[in-house]
Amino acid sequence: MKDKNKILAGLVIFIAAITFPFWFNLGKAAPAPELVLTAKAQAAKTCVMSKEFMTTNHMQLLDVWRHNVVRGSERMFTNPDGKSFDMSLSNTCLDCHSNKADFCDRCHNYASVSPYCWDCHIDNPKGE
Amino acid sequence: MNKNYMVSLIAVITLFLIAYVGTQQGAGLQMVFGIIVPYLAIILFIVGFARRVMGWARSAVPFRITTTCGQQPSLPWFKQAKIDNPSCTLGVVARMFLEIVCFRSLFRNTRMKLKGGPHLTYQLELFLWIGALAFHYAFFTVVLRHLRFFTEPVPFFVTILENVDGFMRMEVLYDAVQQGLPGVYMSGLVLLAAALYLFLRRVMIPQVRYISLAADFFPLFLIMGIALSGIFMRYLSKVDIVAIKELTMGLVTFRPTIPEGISGLFFAHLFLVSVLLAYFPFSKLMHLGGIFLSPTRNMTGNTRQVRHVNPWNYPVKVHTYEEYEDDFREKMVEAGLPVVKMPEEQA
Repeated sequence: MKDKNKILAGLVIFIAAITFPFWFNLGKAAPAPELVLTAKAQAAKTCVMSKEFMTTNHMQLLDVWRHNVVRGSERMFTNPDGKSFDMSLSNTCLDCHSNKADFCDRCHNYASVSPYCWDCHIDNPKGE
Repeated sequence: MNKNYMVSLIAVITLFLIAYVGTQQGAGLQMVFGIIVPYLAIILFIVGFARRVMGWARSAVPFRITTTCGQQPSLPWFKQAKIDNPSCTLGVVARMFLEIVCFRSLFRNTRMKLKGGPHLTYQLELFLWIGALAFHYAFFTVVLRHLRFFTEPVPFFVTILENVDGFMRMEVLYDAVQQGLPGVYMSGLVLLAAALYLFLRRVMIPQVRYISLAADFFPLFLIMGIALSGIFMRYLSKVDIVAIKELTMGLVTFRPTIPEGISGLFFAHLFLVSVLLAYFPFSKLMHLGGIFLSPTRNMTGNTRQVRHVNPWNYPVKVHTYEEYEDDFREKMVEAGLPVVKMPEEQA
């Protein structure tokens, strides 16, 4: 039938569409972002929880913190090692990780995540 | 209990476990499930898909078999159903577009019923159409959204889609169950719910159960497994997204790597997706390509205006009536049979 060319054209369009990620990234290496730890964060050695926990669960931890502070007016967080922290993004997290652009944003941009923390919080509470 | 869906369910669970256990520490098959299987799956998908479609392109379409769902073009005072009985290419394009985008032929689904008496009634049965629309659009959104793992920088339309899809917020913060990722992607949940509905429909309605095969249940379970593992990773068990994107970007830039710290759940998810891709060209899922070639929809219904000759007809030697009469005219007149031309005129 004379429709063979039309079908072939459709097939070529389909294959071009599904291989989009291959030609979109052609010749580009996209290494995982490297995070910059501030001197203070390096000196502290550990975060409020282990590094593995923080990479996968920090969003949930922050959400629980917000819930506990705002709904339960409970401000102290005690980690499994028995150390206590103030449940505060501005005063605890950003105290060490004061470099949002080189710490938070790198992974968030890489993974196309736009957390709404910064709708309310300023990223530089100390005004440096 | 029905062996068709039990076999499919067991198959999907087994596939899941193979990948999950195989990538645990010690087993060390990350290389297989993270690099080799996905590449093989995508090659199988593309080559298999192209072969299947070209096979269809080669097959014979001798005559028009369009279904006519409305008035054909006729005398000027009859209103033609321009989309349901198209007589020009524009009408066919509109009909195909609506079929592919709105599933119009599913919309026409009816159910026969005897309503308290001898009278058979037909009523619209729209749940299949609604379920199918929800399922396909949710799946499409989920696939597009996953481009964030396969592109760097992430294109704007993916970001927009994520924002629209994820505008709902949800938190579950009990001591026992904590789900503290406020942004909820609706498409994932709709996909799971719709696949579940389509499965239950196949099981609950006796007539549909009777015609359902393992080949119908297997992809449904596979998609449910994919959706469940994805939802579980996102909201409950939590995985290292950046490491995962490093792996997926390695795949699409042909620099495959296996970063540290990726959980077995992700490999199981990826393996189920690979199985779906590899299985696709050999299954009923090929309706993705097939719908464009539905011979009852993609041709103009103009059989009464245009003479369509079977393209491979060879010239047939015919003996017309006129020639027949020339041969036997005298005998026919003798026998008293009527003839068109009288022999006297011929003389």
